[in-house]
Amino acid sequence: MSTFREPPKEILQWRDLIRERAVAVGLDFFEVIFEMVDYREMNELAALGGFPTRYPHWRFGMEYDKLSKSYTYGLSKIYEMVINTNPCYAYLLTSNSLLDQKLVMAHVYGHSDFFKQNAYFAGTNRRMLDEMANHALRVRRHQEKVGIDVVEEFIDCCLSLDNLLDPHAGVIRRDPVPQNEADRVDAVPVKIPTKSYLDKYVNPKSYMDEQKKKIEESRVQDEKFPSRPQRDVLGFLLQHAPLKPWQQDCLEIVRNEALYYLPQGQTKIMNEGWASYWHAKLMTGGLLNDSEIIDFADVHSGTMATPPGGFNPYKLGIELFRDIEERWNKGQFGKEWDECDDYQAKGRWDKKLGKGRDKIFEVRKLYSDLTFIDEFLTEDFCRRQKLFSFAFNKRSQRYEIESLEFKKVKTQLLSQLTNFGQPVIEVIDANFRNRGELLLVHRFDGAELRPDYTQKTLASIASIWHRPVHIETLAEGKAIRVSCDGAGNFSEEDLEGLLTPEHGPAKPG
Amino acid sequence: MSADDRRIFSMSGIKRNHSRFVDIVKGKIRANLKDFVSQGEMHGRQGGETISIPVPSIDLPRFTYGVRQRGGTGQGEGKPGDPVSGAEGEEGDEPGEGQKAGKAPGEHELEVDIAIEELAQMLGEELHLPNIEPKGSKDITTKAHKYTKVRQVGPQSLRHFKRTYREALKRQVASGIYNPKQPVIVPIKSDMRYRSWAEAPRPQTNAVIIYMMDVSGSMGDEQKDIVRSTAFWIDTWLKHQYKGVQRRFIIHDASAREVDEDTFFRTRENGGTLISTAYKLALDLLEKEYPVNEWNIYLFHFSDGDNWSNEDTKLCMEILKEKMIPISNQFAYGQVESRYGSGQFFKDLLETFPDNERLVATRIAGRDDIYDAIGRFFKAGR
Repeated sequence: MSTFREPPKEILQWRDLIRERAVAVGLDFFEVIFEMVDYREMNELAALGGFPTRYPHWRFGMEYDKLSKSYTYGLSKIYEMVINTNPCYAYLLTSNSLLDQKLVMAHVYGHSDFFKQNAYFAGTNRRMLDEMANHALRVRRHQEKVGIDVVEEFIDCCLSLDNLLDPHAGVIRRDPVPQNEADRVDAVPVKIPTKSYLDKYVNPKSYMDEQKKKIEESRVQDEKFPSRPQRDVLGFLLQHAPLKPWQQDCLEIVRNEALYYLPQGQTKIMNEGWASYWHAKLMTGGLLNDSEIIDFADVHSGTMATPPGGFNPYKLGIELFRDIEERWNKGQFGKEWDECDDYQAKGRWDKKLGKGRDKIFEVRKLYSDLTFIDEFLTEDFCRRQKLFSFAFNKRSQRYEIESLEFKKVKTQLLSQLTNFGQPVIEVIDANFRNRGELLLVHRFDGAELRPDYTQKTLASIASIWHRPVHIETLAEGKAIRVSCDGAGNFSEEDLEGLLTPEHGPAKPG
Repeated sequence: MSADDRRIFSMSGIKRNHSRFVDIVKGKIRANLKDFVSQGEMHGRQGGETISIPVPSIDLPRFTYGVRQRGGTGQGEGKPGDPVSGAEGEEGDEPGEGQKAGKAPGEHELEVDIAIEELAQMLGEELHLPNIEPKGSKDITTKAHKYTKVRQVGPQSLRHFKRTYREALKRQVASGIYNPKQPVIVPIKSDMRYRSWAEAPRPQTNAVIIYMMDVSGSMGDEQKDIVRSTAFWIDTWLKHQYKGVQRRFIIHDASAREVDEDTFFRTRENGGTLISTAYKLALDLLEKEYPVNEWNIYLFHFSDGDNWSNEDTKLCMEILKEKMIPISNQFAYGQVESRYGSGQFFKDLLETFPDNERLVATRIAGRDDIYDAIGRFFKAGR
């Protein structure tokens, strides 16, 4: 889009100053290119997930419709957007006041630092701007060849699976090591070498039987396909589903883009918390003049505001970073601190370590939301921040506060963040009933799937797999297998409470 | 590549995606038009030329947690047992209802603005309604006003500055007062020019709809609701066909009176039923205000089919035969079935007019029949 404008001189001068300050406090970011856009362009960019060129799809149009309406009614306004690329692109809304722009720029430098430094972005393609434009071109070309409707329908199918990813696929390669065929077949129990007269003690029959059983099990396992459950359903389909070249290309595009956005979803609390921490620090560290203080406080508190009983990742993030900084400054960690049960002593605890700043820089490098909360959300913090967990009460037909208890709150929060908040679904058998049917399993973790969507999603997979598709899950407390035959017919089979180990939470590895 | 594909390809950026989305939504409305017609939820949403229709959000299905399966975490004051507002998935709740809150809680709805014109077009296409040939449109003309002329007199507010200046300049040049070195132009009264209107004859296609309804005790709220929905779609279609549509409302039990739209749908009387009173009143109205040769006349009568006496029914048939049917484009009778009505009037009508093409009678047993009733009313394209 050629309409983007470079910011006016005054803003550029502020930018240089803010950048200088950001570098001085130790932020290490991708260079940021700021561009001015009006509200229409901003809505458009937001609808397109930040990228000016995306492949054509109606859902971007729907998003744009929603954003425009909500802006027109005064319900929402997007101040700024940052794209995780190198260099980092940030869009400023032309109608922002100068104070807004200053705050936003400081905020953006925080984000850019986070994008560059956080480990979860290690596998991110930093030239995504080009990649997305490339995707657009490819999809357009397919559409020209086979028709808009056909391609769009197929992309709809792919998109309805774009949460079936391996959350660590960006960083860890899980491709099973190709095994030597001969090794497997000939595998025999191996004796521990010893003198022959000791053999029956060192290698007793029970041990040998166990060995045999293990080998047998692993052989059975290996004959299965896939040999280990596959969390990356999208990747599995990409490799093994009978697809035409253009379909394969579309599926790959959808998966690629989903993987690009994945780490942003995994670090929302941290990323926003980090950026907010720094905009507050930098702005109040001498970038405001007297007349701006009140307005700054107003805007800042607006971003941090949590609706009564609601949840705001900005707020939780910034508070947690501040808490960590304070604890590490005062030395409120480690064995000694944990074992101290004198409430007053804990209140006075200050070893004047001054390690806070270093610690938060380390945290922003190594953690994701899940590990961040797991490691640093303390009981004390939970009480001070008035966190609670809520659940739906069937009797009163409403959501109610369930508990203020630290353990429950933390468990609830962690479960919300596990697998980026999505149910864990795995491919366990691609040759189910020896008929080439696909069997998925939902690792039940206490919450059931939405039944109508489950059916529709199954239908999407079936249209990609070209054979019947099944998923085993729990519905109303009963284990069931929902099937879709690919022609729009669904059936449900009661597994008669037969909870196989397959249904439990996924095992590590 | 189809023409439609070509249209979409020629657009760029978000416009393309947006128009694609709008097409999908319209497709949804079209596909579910029958449901929308029977819902009748369009009332009160009418805002000028467009109405906003609630369409179930189009969403990409995913394996996702069921609504209310998962709780969440929040921040703020409160103790266990306190209700949490604004929790995810709460949108589906209808306040004040004791029962389960909706079939599909948390379902988002899209509000789609659609032009009435477009809606009518869909209705026409889906029901295969022919366009109406307005009667007498050649003879009847109206005058339309357009501000295209310039006159020498008029109010200051309509002063045409440029023309006035030009006139004054011409005069000054002609009379030799004009000094190019000091070009001061002073208009005098005869230079003044004002904008004014021109009259253009335009063929008139005006229509009047007279709604008549039985409000006797046997017509319940449910029946009136059906009439209300039916009337909405009748309006939609006729407004699409004619430039100016006027609507009049007559209610009757044993006597008839003209009321406004609001009263029409609210009134409930306990008296008996004399249908002829309504017909007489309608005729009266037409004679006084809507000359037959200038207006396209549509008469709609809704009743549960009970009339007080056979004599009155006879009288009705006579009025219809002699006066009403001949002057109107169409007389339509919709019999809204109720538990109390005998439905006799419907049979009487069919007996008296076995195949008069200007009379349409139909039975509307419930909301689902509205769609077909509309189709039957306008099938003939009159």
